[in-house]
Amino acid sequence: MQGLSTTATTATKSRRRGYLFSAAIAIVVLAVSLVYLAVDARFIYLLVYAWFGVVYGIFLQYGRFCMASAIRDLFAVGVPRMAVGVLIAIILYAVISAFIQDAGFNSFHAHPLGWHVLIGGLIFGLGMVFSGGCASSSLYKTGEGNLAGALVLFSISFSQAWFVSAGGWLNNLVPEAWTAAAANAQMPDELSATDGWFDQFTAGYLWELNGTTAATLSGWGENLGNYLFANAFVVAILPSLILLVLLYRFNYRKIFIRQHPLPASSRISFAYELKGIWSMFTQSRNTAIAGVGLGIFAGLHMLLTGELREHYNIFNFGELLAEMGYTSGLSIQDSVFDPGYWYITTQEAQWGGWVLDKLGFNMMDNIFFGLENGIPNPLLNAPGMMSIGIILGAAMLANITGEFKWKWPNTETVILALVGGALMGLGSRIGMGCNIGAFFATVTNGDISGWVFLAGMTIGGYFAVKAIKAWIDWQLSRTADF
Amino acid sequence: MGLKLKESVVFEEIENGNFSLDVRGYGCPHVQIYTEKALKKIDSGKSLTVVFDNPSSGESITYLCTASGDDLFARDEQAGTFTWSIRKA
Repeated sequence: MQGLSTTATTATKSRRRGYLFSAAIAIVVLAVSLVYLAVDARFIYLLVYAWFGVVYGIFLQYGRFCMASAIRDLFAVGVPRMAVGVLIAIILYAVISAFIQDAGFNSFHAHPLGWHVLIGGLIFGLGMVFSGGCASSSLYKTGEGNLAGALVLFSISFSQAWFVSAGGWLNNLVPEAWTAAAANAQMPDELSATDGWFDQFTAGYLWELNGTTAATLSGWGENLGNYLFANAFVVAILPSLILLVLLYRFNYRKIFIRQHPLPASSRISFAYELKGIWSMFTQSRNTAIAGVGLGIFAGLHMLLTGELREHYNIFNFGELLAEMGYTSGLSIQDSVFDPGYWYITTQEAQWGGWVLDKLGFNMMDNIFFGLENGIPNPLLNAPGMMSIGIILGAAMLANITGEFKWKWPNTETVILALVGGALMGLGSRIGMGCNIGAFFATVTNGDISGWVFLAGMTIGGYFAVKAIKAWIDWQLSRTADF
Repeated sequence: MGLKLKESVVFEEIENGNFSLDVRGYGCPHVQIYTEKALKKIDSGKSLTVVFDNPSSGESITYLCTASGDDLFARDEQAGTFTWSIRKA
Protein backbone atom coordinates (compact mmCIF):
# COMPACT_ATOMS: atom_id res chain seq x y z
CA MET A 1 0.00 0.00 0.00
CA GLN A 2 2.83 2.35 0.90
CA GLY A 3 4.37 1.75 -2.52
CA LEU A 4 1.13 2.66 -4.24
CA SER A 5 0.79 5.79 -2.15
CA THR A 6 4.35 6.87 -2.96
CA THR A 7 3.69 6.35 -6.69
CA ALA A 8 0.50 8.40 -6.53
CA THR A 9 2.28 11.21 -4.66
CA THR A 10 5.09 11.25 -7.23
CA ALA A 11 2.56 11.37 -10.07
CA THR A 12 0.71 14.26 -8.40
CA LYS A 13 3.95 16.19 -7.90
CA SER A 14 4.95 15.52 -11.50
CA ARG A 15 1.56 16.72 -12.74
CA ARG A 16 1.75 19.86 -10.56
CA ARG A 17 5.23 20.59 -11.90
CA GLY A 18 3.84 20.22 -15.43
CA TYR A 19 1.14 22.81 -14.76
CA LEU A 20 3.75 25.18 -13.34
CA PHE A 21 6.04 24.78 -16.37
CA SER A 22 3.10 25.34 -18.67
CA ALA A 23 2.06 28.48 -16.80
CA ALA A 24 5.67 29.70 -16.86
CA ILE A 25 5.81 29.29 -20.66
CA ALA A 26 2.52 31.21 -21.02
CA ILE A 27 3.88 34.01 -18.83
CA VAL A 28 7.12 34.17 -20.86
CA VAL A 29 5.11 34.38 -24.12
CA LEU A 30 3.00 37.18 -22.63
CA ALA A 31 5.97 39.06 -21.17
CA VAL A 32 8.01 38.85 -24.39
CA SER A 33 4.96 40.01 -26.35
CA LEU A 34 4.63 43.05 -24.07
CA VAL A 35 8.34 43.85 -24.52
CA TYR A 36 7.96 43.76 -28.32
CA LEU A 37 4.89 46.02 -28.14
CA ALA A 38 6.65 48.40 -25.77
CA VAL A 39 9.53 48.72 -28.25
CA ASP A 40 7.17 49.35 -31.16
CA ALA A 41 3.43 48.66 -31.43
CA ARG A 42 3.93 47.62 -35.07
CA PHE A 43 5.54 44.42 -33.82
CA ILE A 44 1.95 43.20 -33.46
CA TYR A 45 2.50 41.92 -37.01
CA LEU A 46 5.30 39.62 -35.81
CA LEU A 47 3.41 38.66 -32.67
CA VAL A 48 0.38 37.46 -34.67
CA TYR A 49 2.67 34.90 -36.27
CA ALA A 50 4.01 33.90 -32.84
CA TRP A 51 0.58 33.58 -31.23
CA PHE A 52 -0.84 31.55 -34.10
CA GLY A 53 2.29 29.40 -33.81
CA VAL A 54 1.38 28.70 -30.17
CA VAL A 55 -2.15 27.72 -31.25
CA TYR A 56 -0.80 25.49 -34.03
CA GLY A 57 1.58 23.87 -31.53
CA ILE A 58 -1.27 23.10 -29.14
CA PHE A 59 -3.41 21.53 -31.87
CA LEU A 60 -0.48 19.64 -33.42
CA GLN A 61 0.46 18.12 -30.07
CA TYR A 62 -3.15 17.44 -29.11
CA GLY A 63 -3.84 15.54 -32.33
CA ARG A 64 -0.29 14.11 -32.70
CA PHE A 65 -0.70 15.76 -36.08
CA CYS A 66 1.99 14.70 -38.51
CA MET A 67 1.79 14.58 -42.29
CA ALA A 68 4.64 12.09 -42.38
CA SER A 69 2.40 9.81 -40.38
CA ALA A 70 -0.43 10.29 -42.90
CA ILE A 71 1.68 8.56 -45.54
CA ARG A 72 4.09 6.50 -43.47
CA ASP A 73 1.63 4.75 -41.17
CA LEU A 74 -0.54 3.73 -44.11
CA PHE A 75 2.38 1.89 -45.69
CA ALA A 76 4.14 0.82 -42.50
CA VAL A 77 1.27 -0.53 -40.40
CA GLY A 78 -1.93 0.18 -42.39
CA VAL A 79 -3.11 2.99 -40.10
CA PRO A 80 -5.11 5.76 -41.88
CA ARG A 81 -6.08 7.97 -38.91
CA MET A 82 -3.62 10.77 -39.76
CA ALA A 83 -4.49 10.77 -43.47
CA VAL A 84 -8.11 11.28 -42.40
CA GLY A 85 -7.16 14.19 -40.11
CA VAL A 86 -5.13 15.92 -42.83
CA LEU A 87 -7.97 15.58 -45.37
CA ILE A 88 -10.47 17.03 -42.89
CA ALA A 89 -8.16 20.02 -42.36
CA ILE A 90 -7.80 20.49 -46.12
CA ILE A 91 -11.58 20.56 -46.68
CA LEU A 92 -12.15 23.14 -43.94
CA TYR A 93 -9.21 25.35 -44.81
CA ALA A 94 -10.15 25.36 -48.51
CA VAL A 95 -13.64 26.73 -47.74
CA ILE A 96 -12.30 29.38 -45.35
CA SER A 97 -9.56 30.31 -47.80
CA ALA A 98 -12.16 30.96 -50.55
CA PHE A 99 -13.97 33.45 -48.32
CA ILE A 100 -10.69 35.12 -47.36
CA GLN A 101 -9.75 35.44 -51.01
CA ASP A 102 -13.11 37.03 -51.76
CA ALA A 103 -12.51 39.47 -48.91
CA GLY A 104 -9.23 40.44 -50.59
CA PHE A 105 -6.88 39.23 -47.84
CA ASN A 106 -5.57 36.05 -49.41
CA SER A 107 -1.77 36.25 -49.68
CA PHE A 108 -1.33 32.96 -51.55
CA HIS A 109 0.64 32.86 -54.82
CA ALA A 110 0.35 29.84 -57.10
CA HIS A 111 3.50 27.75 -57.47
CA PRO A 112 5.09 27.15 -60.87
CA LEU A 113 4.29 23.64 -62.01
CA GLY A 114 7.01 21.36 -63.35
CA TRP A 115 9.02 18.19 -62.72
CA HIS A 116 10.71 19.86 -59.76
CA VAL A 117 7.49 19.59 -57.71
CA LEU A 118 7.38 15.79 -58.06
CA ILE A 119 11.12 15.37 -57.42
CA GLY A 120 11.10 17.81 -54.51
CA GLY A 121 8.14 15.96 -53.00
CA LEU A 122 9.88 12.63 -53.44
CA ILE A 123 13.06 13.78 -51.69
CA PHE A 124 10.98 15.43 -48.97
CA GLY A 125 8.94 12.22 -48.55
CA LEU A 126 12.08 10.15 -48.09
CA GLY A 127 13.36 12.64 -45.51
CA MET A 128 10.19 12.96 -43.47
CA VAL A 129 9.88 9.21 -43.01
CA PHE A 130 13.57 8.77 -42.14
CA SER A 131 13.50 11.62 -39.63
CA GLY A 132 10.35 10.35 -37.93
CA GLY A 133 8.15 13.33 -38.72
CA CYS A 134 7.37 16.16 -41.11
CA ALA A 135 8.66 19.70 -40.67
CA SER A 136 5.74 20.73 -38.43
CA SER A 137 5.78 17.60 -36.31
CA SER A 138 9.52 17.97 -35.72
CA LEU A 139 8.67 21.30 -34.09
CA TYR A 140 5.90 19.97 -31.87
CA LYS A 141 7.95 16.92 -30.92
CA THR A 142 10.75 19.27 -29.89
CA GLY A 143 8.14 20.88 -27.65
CA GLU A 144 7.45 17.45 -26.12
CA GLY A 145 11.12 17.30 -25.10
CA ASN A 146 12.20 15.08 -27.99
CA LEU A 147 15.72 16.24 -28.82
CA ALA A 148 15.74 14.23 -32.06
CA GLY A 149 13.12 16.75 -33.23
CA ALA A 150 15.57 19.57 -32.46
CA LEU A 151 18.24 17.77 -34.50
CA VAL A 152 15.83 17.53 -37.44
CA LEU A 153 15.24 21.26 -37.12
CA PHE A 154 18.99 21.92 -37.11
CA SER A 155 19.48 19.73 -40.17
CA ILE A 156 16.58 21.29 -42.12
CA SER A 157 17.91 24.78 -41.37
CA PHE A 158 21.53 24.29 -42.40
CA SER A 159 20.92 21.95 -45.34
CA GLN A 160 18.66 24.56 -46.93
CA ALA A 161 20.99 27.45 -46.16
CA TRP A 162 23.88 25.55 -47.75
CA PHE A 163 21.86 24.36 -50.74
CA VAL A 164 20.52 27.77 -51.80
CA SER A 165 23.93 29.41 -51.59
CA ALA A 166 26.36 26.69 -52.70
CA GLY A 167 28.28 26.92 -55.95
CA GLY A 168 31.53 25.12 -56.71
CA TRP A 169 31.04 21.53 -57.84
CA LEU A 170 27.25 21.95 -57.82
CA ASN A 171 27.64 24.31 -60.80
CA ASN A 172 28.76 21.31 -62.84
CA LEU A 173 25.26 19.85 -62.47
CA VAL A 174 23.53 22.87 -64.00
CA PRO A 175 22.17 22.48 -67.57
CA GLU A 176 23.56 25.05 -69.99
CA ALA A 177 20.05 26.27 -70.80
CA TRP A 178 19.53 27.28 -67.17
CA THR A 179 22.80 29.22 -67.11
CA ALA A 180 21.87 31.04 -70.32
CA ALA A 181 18.38 31.89 -69.06
CA ALA A 182 19.78 33.01 -65.68
CA ALA A 183 22.28 35.26 -67.47
CA ASN A 184 19.39 36.87 -69.36
CA ALA A 185 17.37 37.44 -66.21
CA GLN A 186 19.09 40.80 -65.68
CA MET A 187 19.77 40.22 -62.02
CA PRO A 188 21.99 42.66 -60.09
CA ASP A 189 25.66 41.64 -60.13
CA GLU A 190 25.78 41.18 -56.35
CA LEU A 191 23.43 38.21 -56.64
CA SER A 192 25.80 36.35 -59.02
CA ALA A 193 22.78 34.57 -60.53
CA THR A 194 24.95 32.40 -62.80
CA ASP A 195 26.93 30.99 -59.88
CA GLY A 196 25.24 28.35 -57.75
CA TRP A 197 22.92 25.47 -58.61
CA PHE A 198 19.90 26.90 -56.84
CA ASP A 199 20.30 30.39 -58.32
CA GLN A 200 20.35 28.96 -61.83
CA PHE A 201 17.51 26.56 -61.02
CA THR A 202 15.47 29.58 -59.87
CA ALA A 203 16.35 32.14 -62.55
CA GLY A 204 16.96 29.70 -65.40
CA TYR A 205 14.20 27.16 -64.79
CA LEU A 206 11.54 28.19 -62.26
CA TRP A 207 11.04 31.68 -63.63
CA GLU A 208 10.38 30.20 -67.07
CA LEU A 209 7.38 28.27 -65.69
CA ASN A 210 3.87 29.34 -64.89
CA GLY A 211 1.57 28.54 -62.04
CA THR A 212 -2.10 29.28 -61.63
CA THR A 213 -5.17 28.46 -59.63
CA ALA A 214 -8.27 26.68 -60.87
CA ALA A 215 -10.37 29.83 -60.41
CA THR A 216 -8.07 31.84 -62.67
CA LEU A 217 -7.75 29.00 -65.17
CA SER A 218 -11.51 28.50 -65.42
CA GLY A 219 -12.04 32.04 -66.70
CA TRP A 220 -15.29 32.34 -64.75
CA GLY A 221 -14.18 35.45 -62.97
CA GLU A 222 -12.68 36.34 -59.65
CA ASN A 223 -15.67 35.94 -57.37
CA LEU A 224 -16.70 33.96 -54.31
CA GLY A 225 -18.73 31.44 -56.29
CA ASN A 226 -15.76 30.60 -58.46
CA TYR A 227 -13.34 30.49 -55.51
CA LEU A 228 -15.68 28.08 -53.75
CA PHE A 229 -16.35 25.94 -56.81
CA ALA A 230 -13.09 25.89 -58.77
CA ASN A 231 -10.51 26.42 -56.02
CA ALA A 232 -12.17 24.83 -53.00
CA PHE A 233 -14.48 22.19 -54.42
CA VAL A 234 -12.72 20.99 -57.57
CA VAL A 235 -9.10 21.17 -56.41
CA ALA A 236 -9.38 20.51 -52.66
CA ILE A 237 -12.70 19.08 -51.50
CA LEU A 238 -13.52 16.65 -54.31
CA PRO A 239 -10.06 14.97 -54.36
CA SER A 240 -10.09 14.85 -50.54
CA LEU A 241 -13.52 13.20 -50.51
CA ILE A 242 -12.38 10.68 -53.12
CA LEU A 243 -9.30 9.85 -51.01
CA LEU A 244 -11.46 9.53 -47.89
CA VAL A 245 -13.81 7.13 -49.66
CA LEU A 246 -10.84 5.09 -50.90
CA LEU A 247 -9.38 4.98 -47.37
CA TYR A 248 -12.74 3.80 -46.09
CA ARG A 249 -13.25 1.23 -48.84
CA PHE A 250 -9.82 -0.34 -48.72
CA ASN A 251 -8.92 0.10 -45.06
CA TYR A 252 -11.55 1.04 -42.49
CA ARG A 253 -14.69 -0.61 -43.93
CA LYS A 254 -13.76 -4.14 -42.90
CA ILE A 255 -13.12 -2.96 -39.35
CA PHE A 256 -16.46 -1.14 -39.21
CA ILE A 257 -18.35 -4.15 -40.55
CA ARG A 258 -16.67 -6.40 -37.98
CA GLN A 259 -17.54 -4.00 -35.17
CA HIS A 260 -21.10 -3.38 -36.40
CA PRO A 261 -22.29 -6.70 -37.82
CA LEU A 262 -25.59 -6.76 -39.67
CA PRO A 263 -28.12 -9.58 -39.37
CA ALA A 264 -27.49 -12.28 -41.97
CA SER A 265 -30.61 -11.34 -43.94
CA SER A 266 -29.73 -7.61 -44.15
CA ARG A 267 -27.98 -5.96 -47.04
CA ILE A 268 -25.45 -3.19 -46.56
CA SER A 269 -27.27 0.09 -47.19
CA PHE A 270 -25.94 3.50 -48.22
CA ALA A 271 -26.85 4.84 -44.78
CA TYR A 272 -24.77 2.06 -43.21
CA GLU A 273 -21.79 3.05 -45.37
CA LEU A 274 -22.19 6.71 -44.40
CA LYS A 275 -22.25 5.68 -40.76
CA GLY A 276 -19.04 3.78 -41.39
CA ILE A 277 -17.38 6.80 -42.98
CA TRP A 278 -18.43 8.97 -40.04
CA SER A 279 -17.01 6.34 -37.70
CA MET A 280 -13.71 6.56 -39.60
CA PHE A 281 -13.69 10.35 -39.09
CA THR A 282 -14.22 10.03 -35.37
CA GLN A 283 -12.17 6.91 -34.59
CA SER A 284 -9.26 9.11 -33.60
CA ARG A 285 -11.06 11.95 -31.84
CA ASN A 286 -7.92 13.96 -31.06
CA THR A 287 -6.71 13.88 -34.64
CA ALA A 288 -10.11 14.86 -36.04
CA ILE A 289 -10.44 17.78 -33.58
CA ALA A 290 -6.90 18.90 -34.44
CA GLY A 291 -7.79 18.77 -38.15
CA VAL A 292 -10.83 20.98 -37.56
CA GLY A 293 -8.88 23.38 -35.34
CA LEU A 294 -5.91 23.69 -37.66
CA GLY A 295 -8.17 24.23 -40.66
CA ILE A 296 -10.06 27.05 -38.94
CA PHE A 297 -7.07 28.77 -37.32
CA ALA A 298 -4.92 28.58 -40.47
CA GLY A 299 -7.72 30.48 -42.22
CA LEU A 300 -8.02 33.04 -39.43
CA HIS A 301 -4.25 33.53 -39.50
CA MET A 302 -4.32 34.47 -43.18
CA LEU A 303 -7.28 36.78 -42.57
CA LEU A 304 -5.65 38.61 -39.66
CA THR A 305 -2.30 39.03 -41.42
CA GLY A 306 -4.13 40.36 -44.48
CA GLU A 307 -5.99 42.87 -42.29
CA LEU A 308 -2.71 44.03 -40.75
CA ARG A 309 -1.11 44.45 -44.18
CA GLU A 310 -4.00 46.67 -45.18
CA HIS A 311 -3.82 48.57 -41.90
CA TYR A 312 -0.10 49.29 -42.30
CA ASN A 313 -0.40 49.66 -46.10
CA ILE A 314 2.34 47.12 -46.79
CA PHE A 315 2.76 44.03 -48.95
CA ASN A 316 5.58 42.54 -46.92
CA PHE A 317 6.86 42.68 -43.33
CA GLY A 318 10.22 43.89 -44.67
CA GLU A 319 8.64 47.26 -45.44
CA LEU A 320 7.47 47.54 -41.84
CA LEU A 321 10.90 46.53 -40.53
CA ALA A 322 12.50 49.21 -42.73
CA GLU A 323 10.03 51.80 -41.44
CA MET A 324 10.97 50.80 -37.88
CA GLY A 325 14.65 51.20 -38.72
CA TYR A 326 15.62 47.53 -38.85
CA THR A 327 17.26 47.26 -42.27
CA SER A 328 19.90 44.65 -41.52
CA GLY A 329 19.12 41.30 -43.15
CA LEU A 330 16.53 42.66 -45.57
CA SER A 331 16.78 41.54 -49.18
CA ILE A 332 17.76 44.07 -51.86
CA GLN A 333 14.02 44.64 -52.39
CA ASP A 334 13.61 45.47 -48.67
CA SER A 335 11.64 42.25 -48.31
CA VAL A 336 11.78 39.29 -45.96
CA PHE A 337 10.03 35.95 -46.01
CA ASP A 338 6.43 36.72 -45.05
CA PRO A 339 3.92 34.21 -46.43
CA GLY A 340 1.02 35.41 -44.31
CA TYR A 341 -0.03 31.88 -43.48
CA TRP A 342 1.15 28.59 -41.92
CA TYR A 343 4.57 27.79 -43.35
CA ILE A 344 7.58 26.06 -41.91
CA THR A 345 10.77 25.45 -43.86
CA THR A 346 11.79 28.80 -45.35
CA GLN A 347 12.07 30.56 -41.99
CA GLU A 348 14.23 27.68 -40.79
CA ALA A 349 16.48 28.17 -43.84
CA GLN A 350 16.77 31.81 -42.76
CA TRP A 351 17.92 30.75 -39.29
CA GLY A 352 20.67 28.64 -40.83
CA GLY A 353 21.55 31.42 -43.26
CA TRP A 354 21.73 34.00 -40.47
CA VAL A 355 24.09 31.83 -38.41
CA LEU A 356 26.35 31.13 -41.41
CA ASP A 357 26.34 34.86 -42.23
CA LYS A 358 27.49 35.63 -38.68
CA LEU A 359 30.22 33.02 -39.11
CA GLY A 360 31.55 35.02 -42.04
CA PHE A 361 30.00 33.32 -45.06
CA ASN A 362 28.44 35.52 -47.72
CA MET A 363 24.81 34.41 -47.61
CA MET A 364 23.26 37.32 -49.49
CA ASP A 365 24.87 36.78 -52.90
CA ASN A 366 22.06 34.49 -54.00
CA ILE A 367 18.48 34.87 -55.16
CA PHE A 368 16.85 32.95 -52.32
CA PHE A 369 18.16 35.15 -49.51
CA GLY A 370 19.56 38.18 -51.35
CA LEU A 371 16.59 38.91 -53.62
CA GLU A 372 13.60 37.25 -52.03
CA ASN A 373 13.68 36.25 -48.39
CA GLY A 374 16.51 38.06 -46.62
CA ILE A 375 18.15 36.78 -43.47
CA PRO A 376 16.70 38.90 -40.66
CA ASN A 377 17.86 38.55 -37.08
CA PRO A 378 15.85 35.63 -35.64
CA LEU A 379 14.31 38.06 -33.14
CA LEU A 380 12.86 39.98 -36.12
CA ASN A 381 11.88 36.94 -38.16
CA ALA A 382 8.06 36.85 -38.02
CA PRO A 383 7.48 33.35 -39.51
CA GLY A 384 10.44 32.17 -37.41
CA MET A 385 8.48 33.30 -34.36
CA MET A 386 5.63 31.08 -35.60
CA SER A 387 7.99 28.09 -35.54
CA ILE A 388 9.13 28.97 -32.02
CA GLY A 389 5.47 29.43 -31.08
CA ILE A 390 4.72 25.89 -32.27
CA ILE A 391 7.46 24.51 -30.01
CA LEU A 392 6.19 26.52 -27.03
CA GLY A 393 2.51 25.71 -27.65
CA ALA A 394 3.30 22.00 -27.83
CA ALA A 395 5.45 22.26 -24.68
CA MET A 396 2.59 23.95 -22.81
CA LEU A 397 0.09 21.21 -23.65
CA ALA A 398 2.59 18.35 -23.17
CA ASN A 399 3.39 19.68 -19.68
CA ILE A 400 -0.31 19.95 -18.80
CA THR A 401 -1.08 16.41 -19.98
CA GLY A 402 2.06 14.99 -18.38
CA GLU A 403 3.49 13.88 -21.72
CA PHE A 404 6.55 16.14 -21.63
CA LYS A 405 9.77 14.19 -21.26
CA TRP A 406 13.36 15.01 -22.18
CA LYS A 407 14.38 12.33 -24.64
CA TRP A 408 17.98 11.89 -25.71
CA PRO A 409 18.14 10.14 -29.07
CA ASN A 410 20.20 7.00 -29.56
CA THR A 411 22.80 6.74 -32.35
CA GLU A 412 20.36 5.33 -34.88
CA THR A 413 17.84 8.09 -34.19
CA VAL A 414 20.53 10.79 -34.45
CA ILE A 415 21.64 9.55 -37.88
CA LEU A 416 18.06 9.26 -39.12
CA ALA A 417 17.23 12.74 -37.81
CA LEU A 418 20.23 14.37 -39.49
CA VAL A 419 19.88 12.51 -42.80
CA GLY A 420 16.09 12.87 -42.85
CA GLY A 421 16.27 16.55 -41.93
CA ALA A 422 18.80 17.23 -44.70
CA LEU A 423 16.63 15.43 -47.26
CA MET A 424 13.60 17.42 -46.14
CA GLY A 425 15.65 20.61 -46.47
CA LEU A 426 16.75 19.80 -50.03
CA GLY A 427 13.32 18.50 -51.03
CA SER A 428 11.54 21.55 -49.70
CA ARG A 429 13.76 23.90 -51.69
CA ILE A 430 13.42 21.96 -54.95
CA GLY A 431 9.68 21.48 -54.43
CA MET A 432 9.23 25.08 -53.20
CA GLY A 433 7.99 24.23 -49.74
CA CYS A 434 7.31 21.47 -47.26
CA ASN A 435 4.19 19.42 -46.65
CA ILE A 436 2.54 22.66 -45.52
CA GLY A 437 3.79 25.28 -48.00
CA ALA A 438 3.98 23.04 -51.06
CA PHE A 439 1.01 20.79 -50.31
CA PHE A 440 -1.48 21.96 -47.69
CA ALA A 441 -1.40 25.67 -48.60
CA THR A 442 -1.45 25.02 -52.35
CA VAL A 443 -4.28 22.51 -52.73
CA THR A 444 -6.47 24.55 -50.40
CA ASN A 445 -6.01 27.60 -52.62
CA GLY A 446 -6.88 25.95 -55.92
CA ASP A 447 -3.31 25.18 -57.01
CA ILE A 448 -3.01 21.58 -58.23
CA SER A 449 0.79 21.59 -57.83
CA GLY A 450 0.17 20.49 -54.23
CA TRP A 451 -1.29 17.17 -55.36
CA VAL A 452 1.81 16.62 -57.51
CA PHE A 453 3.94 17.32 -54.42
CA LEU A 454 1.81 14.82 -52.47
CA ALA A 455 2.34 12.23 -55.21
CA GLY A 456 6.10 12.76 -54.86
CA MET A 457 5.88 12.58 -51.04
CA THR A 458 3.88 9.36 -51.32
CA ILE A 459 6.44 7.72 -53.61
CA GLY A 460 9.32 8.87 -51.40
CA GLY A 461 7.47 7.85 -48.25
CA TYR A 462 6.70 4.41 -49.66
CA PHE A 463 10.36 3.69 -50.45
CA ALA A 464 11.53 5.12 -47.13
CA VAL A 465 9.12 2.83 -45.25
CA LYS A 466 10.41 -0.13 -47.25
CA ALA A 467 13.98 0.86 -46.39
CA ILE A 468 13.26 1.28 -42.66
CA LYS A 469 11.39 -2.02 -42.46
CA ALA A 470 14.23 -3.77 -44.31
CA TRP A 471 16.72 -2.18 -41.88
CA ILE A 472 14.72 -3.31 -38.85
CA ASP A 473 14.31 -6.84 -40.28
CA TRP A 474 18.04 -7.05 -41.00
CA GLN A 475 18.91 -5.95 -37.48
CA LEU A 476 16.49 -8.45 -35.99
CA SER A 477 17.72 -11.27 -38.20
CA ARG A 478 21.24 -10.76 -36.82
CA THR A 479 20.20 -10.95 -33.22
CA ALA A 480 17.51 -13.29 -32.04
CA ASP A 481 14.08 -14.78 -32.50
CA PHE A 482 12.08 -11.55 -32.38
CA MET B 1 13.15 -16.04 -25.51
CA GLY B 2 14.50 -12.49 -25.39
CA LEU B 3 16.23 -9.88 -27.44
CA LYS B 4 18.38 -6.88 -26.75
CA LEU B 5 19.06 -4.59 -29.64
CA LYS B 6 21.58 -1.78 -29.28
CA GLU B 7 20.62 -1.58 -25.59
CA SER B 8 17.39 0.10 -26.65
CA VAL B 9 14.74 -2.34 -27.85
CA VAL B 10 14.00 -5.12 -25.42
CA PHE B 11 11.47 -7.84 -26.24
CA GLU B 12 11.29 -10.58 -23.66
CA GLU B 13 8.97 -13.11 -22.09
CA ILE B 14 7.68 -12.13 -18.67
CA GLU B 15 5.86 -15.34 -17.80
CA ASN B 16 3.75 -18.08 -19.38
CA GLY B 17 3.88 -16.74 -22.91
CA ASN B 18 3.21 -13.11 -21.92
CA PHE B 19 5.78 -10.66 -23.28
CA SER B 20 7.05 -7.13 -22.76
CA LEU B 21 8.46 -4.78 -25.36
CA ASP B 22 10.54 -1.79 -24.28
CA VAL B 23 10.99 0.72 -27.11
CA ARG B 24 11.77 3.80 -25.05
CA GLY B 25 13.99 6.22 -26.92
CA TYR B 26 12.52 5.39 -30.29
CA GLY B 27 10.12 7.54 -32.30
CA CYS B 28 7.91 7.01 -35.32
CA PRO B 29 7.61 4.64 -37.06
CA HIS B 30 9.90 2.31 -35.10
CA VAL B 31 7.61 2.03 -32.09
CA GLN B 32 4.56 0.95 -34.08
CA ILE B 33 6.58 -1.35 -36.36
CA TYR B 34 8.20 -3.13 -33.40
CA THR B 35 4.80 -3.40 -31.69
CA GLU B 36 3.23 -4.93 -34.79
CA LYS B 37 6.11 -7.41 -35.13
CA ALA B 38 5.96 -8.33 -31.44
CA LEU B 39 2.20 -8.95 -31.62
CA LYS B 40 2.78 -11.32 -34.54
CA LYS B 41 5.21 -13.29 -32.39
CA ILE B 42 2.96 -13.99 -29.42
CA ASP B 43 0.16 -16.51 -29.14
CA SER B 44 -3.55 -15.73 -29.17
CA GLY B 45 -4.85 -14.93 -25.69
CA LYS B 46 -1.42 -13.88 -24.42
CA SER B 47 -0.51 -10.32 -23.55
CA LEU B 48 2.12 -7.87 -24.69
CA THR B 49 3.14 -4.94 -22.49
CA VAL B 50 4.61 -2.12 -24.56
CA VAL B 51 6.71 0.59 -22.88
CA PHE B 52 7.30 3.67 -25.05
CA ASP B 53 7.85 7.41 -24.71
CA ASN B 54 6.82 8.74 -28.10
CA PRO B 55 3.22 10.00 -27.55
CA SER B 56 2.20 9.99 -31.22
CA SER B 57 2.94 6.27 -31.54
CA GLY B 58 0.10 5.65 -29.09
CA GLU B 59 -2.46 6.76 -31.67
CA SER B 60 -1.13 4.27 -34.20
CA ILE B 61 -0.96 1.43 -31.67
CA THR B 62 -4.58 2.11 -30.70
CA TYR B 63 -5.62 1.83 -34.34
CA LEU B 64 -3.52 -1.28 -34.85
CA CYS B 65 -5.47 -2.95 -32.05
CA THR B 66 -8.80 -1.71 -33.44
CA ALA B 67 -7.94 -3.15 -36.84
CA SER B 68 -6.71 -6.50 -35.55
CA GLY B 69 -9.30 -6.93 -32.81
CA ASP B 70 -6.59 -7.17 -30.15
CA ASP B 71 -7.67 -5.91 -26.71
CA LEU B 72 -5.81 -2.84 -25.47
CA PHE B 73 -6.84 -3.51 -21.88
CA ALA B 74 -4.52 -1.30 -19.81
CA ARG B 75 -2.97 2.11 -20.36
CA ASP B 76 -0.68 3.77 -17.86
CA GLU B 77 1.27 6.98 -18.29
CA GLN B 78 3.92 8.29 -15.91
CA ALA B 79 5.90 11.45 -16.70
CA GLY B 80 5.87 10.90 -20.45
CA THR B 81 6.47 7.14 -20.35
CA PHE B 82 3.55 5.01 -21.54
CA THR B 83 2.99 1.42 -20.45
CA TRP B 84 0.23 -0.22 -22.44
CA SER B 85 -0.94 -3.82 -22.27
CA ILE B 86 -2.49 -5.63 -25.22
CA ARG B 87 -4.11 -9.07 -25.24
CA LYS B 88 -3.83 -10.72 -28.62
CA ALA B 89 -7.15 -11.78 -30.15
